[in-house]
Amino acid sequence: MAVRVGIPSSLLYYLYYPAWNTFFSELGARVIPSGNTTREILDLGVKEALADACVPIKLYFGHVKALVGQVDYLFIPRVVCLNRETTYCPKFLGLPDMILHSIKNVPPLIDVRIDVREERDALFKAYRQAGQVLGATGRVIIQAYRKAMATERRFFSLLRKGWSPHEALQILKTGSRPPKKKGRLTFAVLGYPYLVYDQYISVGLLGRLKKMGVDVVTVENLAPRVLYRQKDYLEKRLFWTLGDLVLRAAHYLLRRTNIDGVIHVTAFGCGPDSLVGKYLEMAVHQYRNVPFMSLSIDEHSGDAGIATRLEAFVDMVMRKKEVGLQCPGSLSPM
Amino acid sequence: MPRITFPHVGESYRSFKMLMEDLGNEVILPPRPSKRTLDLGVRYAPEFACFPVKILLGTYLETCPQGVELIITSGGVGPCRAGHYAQLHKKILRSLGYQVDIVVFEPPRLYPLEFLHNIQRLNPHRMSYRAIYECIRRAWRKLQALDNVEKLTHKIRPRETVRGATTRAYRRVLEWIDRAYSLAEIEEAEQSAIEELKKVPQDPYRDVLRVGIVGEVYVLLEPASNLEIEETLGNLGVEVERSLFLTGWTRDNTWAETTEGLTVKEAALPYLPELLGGHGRDSIGNTVLYAKRGFDGVIQLAPFTCIPEIVARTILPRVSEDHSIPVLTFFLDEQTGKAGMATRLEAFVDLMRRKKAARRTA
Repeated sequence: MAVRVGIPSSLLYYLYYPAWNTFFSELGARVIPSGNTTREILDLGVKEALADACVPIKLYFGHVKALVGQVDYLFIPRVVCLNRETTYCPKFLGLPDMILHSIKNVPPLIDVRIDVREERDALFKAYRQAGQVLGATGRVIIQAYRKAMATERRFFSLLRKGWSPHEALQILKTGSRPPKKKGRLTFAVLGYPYLVYDQYISVGLLGRLKKMGVDVVTVENLAPRVLYRQKDYLEKRLFWTLGDLVLRAAHYLLRRTNIDGVIHVTAFGCGPDSLVGKYLEMAVHQYRNVPFMSLSIDEHSGDAGIATRLEAFVDMVMRKKEVGLQCPGSLSPM
Repeated sequence: MPRITFPHVGESYRSFKMLMEDLGNEVILPPRPSKRTLDLGVRYAPEFACFPVKILLGTYLETCPQGVELIITSGGVGPCRAGHYAQLHKKILRSLGYQVDIVVFEPPRLYPLEFLHNIQRLNPHRMSYRAIYECIRRAWRKLQALDNVEKLTHKIRPRETVRGATTRAYRRVLEWIDRAYSLAEIEEAEQSAIEELKKVPQDPYRDVLRVGIVGEVYVLLEPASNLEIEETLGNLGVEVERSLFLTGWTRDNTWAETTEGLTVKEAALPYLPELLGGHGRDSIGNTVLYAKRGFDGVIQLAPFTCIPEIVARTILPRVSEDHSIPVLTFFLDEQTGKAGMATRLEAFVDLMRRKKAARRTA
């Protein structure tokens, strides 16, 4: 029987799962993702993780718990830096250690460290290390790595074309593209991929917006090249890749005029977001009066509450657009 | 003369004040953080910003109306949020209408030119680097004196026979050090301060527990932010050793007392090989070292939502189990009450006493 490698479907899963999946499949392993978030997974995580941790970390613990007993290895890479500049949140840096030392009966981890600042081919070396854990050798690993990178490029180019990770995965798998309709409004939904695209924890945010006829632009839909061209948006560069991208995307989108509203999705207790959110709020005020809403998500987020807020926000933006008047002030809580 | 201020970190303001005045600046002293400081900070800081952000902002909001032009603070290279405090504070203060500037001291080894440039901004009289170096040397010596005296109070307080005698003596001798100016004076003041503290009547036979304190740097160094936990523990008959002082880590102790001569980093390695920013890894390493040195317990102090300390806290139960040392964590924020903390501390001290007694009979 093939070795079973489990990949928790949270955090960086939404960006790098296609590459990881291809890599391990090419090495002959069976990749088992923990699947979409459910109530049970969230409850498992809340029970297992530290009460003071943020929701995404609790959720990740839940996904790991859901895989325990079903897999031979767990792939939890320690992703430090992928763009030579910014690192990830300290919780990502300590992720394998947190899992290893607080969950009982956890299967062996493949916890390769990825820090591209160290050397030129650090990324390949990390993959090679992961492959060696499964007993693969030189040439097979190189081939798998090439295929993984090709998949990653295809996946990212689909994201840039406006698909969400779920749709892009579907396209990669089946080749057929889901139909696309033009909506009445365009919103920028800014936030980390593991919140925005997780249908359960975001209480179906993207689906609801789609139903209300709102097109959505997310950080992942923009090319990093464009985002890194944003200059002078802050006095000092932010340390965290994802937070940095959110803020850059906000400045980029606010400079263009075809955005009707901005929704910032943030998790309760998220450390970097306490800064990113404040800077974002200031940025929205600085440019022009784009309606802005901050949506804070936690493990108790209710269906009705989010739906009401979203409907109110969409209605307000709609009315503002129809009247064509500048709306005084934004919705951001000051 | 530029009017400057800086954050209030324990008693260190005495030394910084001397340094800044020597360089020719007018210092507006930061007040000790109080309820009012917190209220101001909480009102204008982001909700989930960590506790030090709120305290520092509150402190600035208390001093800025007095005409501060320049705030001096430290930076950081991440990924801990502390590296961004200064920029955030500046934005918030500006948005409230205070035309202040912030001088951020980043690690000089990474940004040597910026470091010199910052020093020149604080040097209105154009003193030579040699003279500045002399000033810094005296300020550093004073900082060391302050730290040494504080360390001594941690040893004496649990053994005092008259409750509060140590704290009273400590308040008195701080003024002596405060008034000392030249290097010789500072050394003399330190000597007499130590002698004065040793005169506090003590009971040398008292059974005293030893507890190590680890955690995030600001809440460790500022007693107002940790509700004077060291004093409370001292009154409960516990000798505390703090893992962090402004003038450096207690390296000499750890090297000498563990047989393996482990450094904090090496001790943390089996649990957390990655540097997380902040003091997350130090918290783990120091806990291991305290356990190896035979301490009775460890207390971790962290601000609410502190990222590196949350990682550390997730791993600490395993450390506690492996080395059989009790660990108690306090996440501090503006809601933390002193009575609640005292109750938890009393329970923790009882637990340690029982554990010690059981070990002795076994």
